[in-house]
Amino acid sequence: MMKRKSYRRLWTVVILLCFISAMNPTSVGAFSDQIIQKGATGDDVVELQARLQYNGFYDGTIDGVFGWQTYWSVKEFQEEFGLEVDGFVGTDMKTMLEKATEYDKEFVHRMLNEGRKFTYYGGVDKNIQKGPVGSKEKPIPPAEKPSPEARKEAPAPKQPQPEAPPEDPAAEETPAEKPPETPDEAPAPEEPSPSPEVDVPAPAEEEPVPQDDDINIEKAINVPEGYSDNDIRIMAQAVYGEARGEPYVGQVAVAAVILNRVESSTFPNTASDVIFEPRAFTAVADGQIWMDPDETSRKAVIDAINGQDPTGHALYYFNPVTATSDWIWSRPQIKQIGKHIFCK
Amino acid sequence: MIGLLVAGVIGTAFWGFNENQEKNAVMMQSENNYQRAFHDLSFQIDLLHDEIGSTLAMNSKDRLSPSLAEVWRITSEAQNDLGQLPLVLMPFSKTEDFLQKIGDFSYEHAIKDLDQEPLTDENYEDLEMLYGQAEEIQRELRQVQSHVLNDQLRWLDVDKELQAQEEPMDSPIINGFKNMDEKVEGFKEVHFGADSSGVSANDEEINENLNGDEVDEDKAMKIAEDFLDLDSLEGIEMTETGEGLAYEAYSLMIPDIEHGTTITMDITKKGGHPVWMLNERDVEEESLSLNAASEKAKQFLKKNDYTNMQLVESKQYDNVGVFQFVEMEDDVRIYSDEIVLEVALDEGDIIGFEGFAHLAHPEGDRDTELTMSREEAEEELNPNLQIREHHVAIIENQQGEEVLCHEFYGTKGNDTFRVFINAENGREEIVEKLANPEPVYQ
Repeated sequence: MMKRKSYRRLWTVVILLCFISAMNPTSVGAFSDQIIQKGATGDDVVELQARLQYNGFYDGTIDGVFGWQTYWSVKEFQEEFGLEVDGFVGTDMKTMLEKATEYDKEFVHRMLNEGRKFTYYGGVDKNIQKGPVGSKEKPIPPAEKPSPEARKEAPAPKQPQPEAPPEDPAAEETPAEKPPETPDEAPAPEEPSPSPEVDVPAPAEEEPVPQDDDINIEKAINVPEGYSDNDIRIMAQAVYGEARGEPYVGQVAVAAVILNRVESSTFPNTASDVIFEPRAFTAVADGQIWMDPDETSRKAVIDAINGQDPTGHALYYFNPVTATSDWIWSRPQIKQIGKHIFCK
Repeated sequence: MIGLLVAGVIGTAFWGFNENQEKNAVMMQSENNYQRAFHDLSFQIDLLHDEIGSTLAMNSKDRLSPSLAEVWRITSEAQNDLGQLPLVLMPFSKTEDFLQKIGDFSYEHAIKDLDQEPLTDENYEDLEMLYGQAEEIQRELRQVQSHVLNDQLRWLDVDKELQAQEEPMDSPIINGFKNMDEKVEGFKEVHFGADSSGVSANDEEINENLNGDEVDEDKAMKIAEDFLDLDSLEGIEMTETGEGLAYEAYSLMIPDIEHGTTITMDITKKGGHPVWMLNERDVEEESLSLNAASEKAKQFLKKNDYTNMQLVESKQYDNVGVFQFVEMEDDVRIYSDEIVLEVALDEGDIIGFEGFAHLAHPEGDRDTELTMSREEAEEELNPNLQIREHHVAIIENQQGEEVLCHEFYGTKGNDTFRVFINAENGREEIVEKLANPEPVYQ
């Protein structure tokens, strides 16, 4: 019974989608006016990646971060269509993309919000391109990408091989049988269907995505060269444990001290080794490092990694009120920021 | 009633006993960790001494490289052990420096092609000297070790003493390490190659390369006013940096009245160059694209007479754009001479400036004549790499020397790599995988 219902719903959706796309061959461009360049994040980048994937230029993850892979795709596109090959996505390229491709913002954003692994190749039914909810976290067999020859011919949507369904032993249904929407238990709303041909619940069952996407889509983020997000998190915890309540500059300075120690020959060579070196930081000794860091300390760490160092080049710091060690007082001092004196 | 009390007392005693047991177990655990690191350190130093000895006695060149590599590995193990001992707040840096030097020395020679560049007499003298010095460290360390073993000294006591920061500290372990460090201080320095392997700290390089006349406080304030494009410096606070910094500088704290925050910056005394600047204000919702922000950054550099800088990398972190600029000389990117700017994406103002590398590497007459053409350099690349972009650049190689290179960006699969090919001898100076955006794990 459940199964049949699923089928019915699937068909409804498929028919409706055909209907919608027939009515509306090119969706309205949602690109904002900005020139999109490498390093940018946000909705425009999501759209750019989806549109590039639609006609086979981009086979990476649609994650909303303009990284290297997106950059090369943009350049290939520009070369193919005689635009200036500079990696900047300006008005010309956006117009061209909007003409040549479709962009179903709601679909893409829903996939992102539900954390699904998905692709967006043009000419392939979207419903077989998405993985189950949360599938992004699971390892997925590599997607078969459209052959480069296929894309050379025209900007029109090509028919790439759809991605192989994720081999998830836990999932009993194959993606084709899977209802396109979230759990079956969700009762379908008893609304009159918008289309007269079908008298079953309409796709309104899918939770609508808020139109103004306030929740910034951050399915991926930029990280400074050489550091993972987890490294940044550990350092942010150390900074928070050591220097919360200090002025922001003081927090950047503490993060800079950690990094200066990594560079220095007399200290360990990785950030976590420096932080957990016995007796190096009081916040580690008394466990304050295990508190949740706030956004400020994270920002301070990223600033420091990007090269900011309010101390010049300090290796130590201490609180003059509590420090009793003669040795620490004997270090050549650089300056005081907030409660801490920074020294060499 | 009495029964209840007795039960209570017994219960408490039992609970206390359990707690104590647990505490002891945890303490034993951390003591054992310290002991393992310490005895392992001693073992590695023994090995180090022996291995340098065998290097010296060695005749065949084929065995020399592996042996030097082994020395390098052992020093790194020893450094790792040191990092696990509670020695941070102790004068023990000389010994750590010494280990680093042995490591640098052996690494430098291990990676060399010894057929073409055999060890010189001077190198052998250095090795001989390091051999002797390693022996002394070994002897000192063994003495501490035998103390620890015979008198059953505990590292936790050292830890406690350091924690209490009582002066003078007179645990035999601490004294032993102190003695060792004093010995090392008297050691002769190793002769490194022409460049002292890039160990000099950033601030010393800045100090050597500062130009211009000394500026006084008023002048520094004027510089800050122009640099930040402010109308008034009302409420400014100014201090001078201490002796810990190789160059002298003014630290300025300027109230940002519009945002109710503070702008902090350093300006060098000599020449009045801004070193870094930071506005700690919160950035509101973005209204500016990264591209528009990069234009603001370029304008800022132009206005402040940083000419010939080219934008090479931009990244958006939430509502802040971070832009890396490098100096251009005859269309060559000078990577060692960089400036990083941070632009707030709400109002487009500059909220961060980092000019350390720019001050440490002044403009100079760099040789930008290419010996190898791009095509020749391309042949040195891995054929599996699909070349996407090419530039000419000057970078600092691992020995800290500036070298002229062909810079290639290439892709292999979904990853992007950057390869620097030495434009003189075709050597791959640096090959690095560039960071992909990181998915958010939840």
